[in-house]
Amino acid sequence: MNSVIEARDLGKRFGSTWALHSCSVRIPSGRVVALIGPNGAGKTTFLRLSAGLVEPTAGHIEVLGWSPQAQPTLVLPRIGFVAQERPLYGRFKVKELLELGRRLNPRWDADLAQSRMKRLGIPLERPARQLSGGHRAQVALTMVLAKRPDMLLLDEPVAGLDPLARREFLQNLMEAVADNNLSVVLSSHIVSELERTCDYLIILGEGQIQVAGGIDDLVNQHRVLVGPRAGHEVEGDPTVIRFSHTERQTTLLVRTDGRGISPEWEVHQVGLEDIVLAYLSRPTARSIPRPELAESPAGRP
Amino acid sequence: MIEFRLDSRTGVTTYLQLVQQVRHALRLGHLRPGDQLPTVREVVAKLAINPNTVLKAYRDLEREGLVAGRPGTGTFVRENVQIGPRAGQAALRSGLSRWMQRAREAGLDETDLRALFEEAVRQDAEYPAAEAAP
Repeated sequence: MNSVIEARDLGKRFGSTWALHSCSVRIPSGRVVALIGPNGAGKTTFLRLSAGLVEPTAGHIEVLGWSPQAQPTLVLPRIGFVAQERPLYGRFKVKELLELGRRLNPRWDADLAQSRMKRLGIPLERPARQLSGGHRAQVALTMVLAKRPDMLLLDEPVAGLDPLARREFLQNLMEAVADNNLSVVLSSHIVSELERTCDYLIILGEGQIQVAGGIDDLVNQHRVLVGPRAGHEVEGDPTVIRFSHTERQTTLLVRTDGRGISPEWEVHQVGLEDIVLAYLSRPTARSIPRPELAESPAGRP
Repeated sequence: MIEFRLDSRTGVTTYLQLVQQVRHALRLGHLRPGDQLPTVREVVAKLAINPNTVLKAYRDLEREGLVAGRPGTGTFVRENVQIGPRAGQAALRSGLSRWMQRAREAGLDETDLRALFEEAVRQDAEYPAAEAAP
């Protein structure tokens, strides 16, 4: 199987509001996918649709080759979903949570769960509500890893964690990915840390997919151009993601492979964070797989 | 064994930082033929980076002929790898010194020198001489 999630014209409406609409994407397997977007962009809805927790209003979604809504018994044992706020039964002791996991999951790996708790120094006798935020996140991660899933769906997994706990969490997650060849889809609105941990990016803006692709490819396919003041034609160019003018100078963030750019432009590499911010600030901009490189700004200005 | 570190301020991708650190360690003799590189698991557990990034870096080093993967055991520096200063490096170094002398005489300061050098390196990486436009 080449894709872990495949959505076709996927849409979800709550009342009169489309939380997600016209989403088509194929997420390749074995990747760590960052789902980025402002609050309300549809990240949680996308993850909940993937976990089969809500029904699509329009279109289709397949997870690991099956419909999470119609075939939950095939999908659920193979995925691990952690909702925002990492819900755990607060009065349950850690060991009781692990016991719950064992009874509910046929493929439960009790040794993995126990050894993770031991290594992280999380006391088994402590009720979940008395754990630190970092430890709660680690217990939630352990619960889904011990299921031995093929894919994790994590909604804002590092939100609210202090920098140390965040780093420990990501270290543990990456270790699990290396050990088990897991696919991961995680949502976030912090870009900086994701650049290292994720290798695939989906940007959601206003309920639609703006960008989907490998992070290395995206970085290679964008440049910042600085040159003499350009006319208004750059503003309508679909490959221009962001523009700004001063009296004599124009700065553009452009989708291009860097070839064939007119020598008036000074060409700079651009980091992932700037690319993401440029797309987010222009919700109509798109870069869906295999962007049309043929229309690179060869003759500009 | 070397220990990788990451500098988030350089703007150099994580993958390239790993590759460069291995090359550098070889050149300085911190890595010798037969030495093992950290396993993918060790690297990701320490740096909290994507395993595919490490795999990609190791694959590239393998393609360059610097290291070789042994299934089930790890990645090792190859026995026949050429270490130490490359042939011609001394001549290039003294050529660079003369160039710097000229740049100083032309009034460039250290910041100018670095900017110029980095720009040239970047251009070379993006448009290797063979493909450069006339």
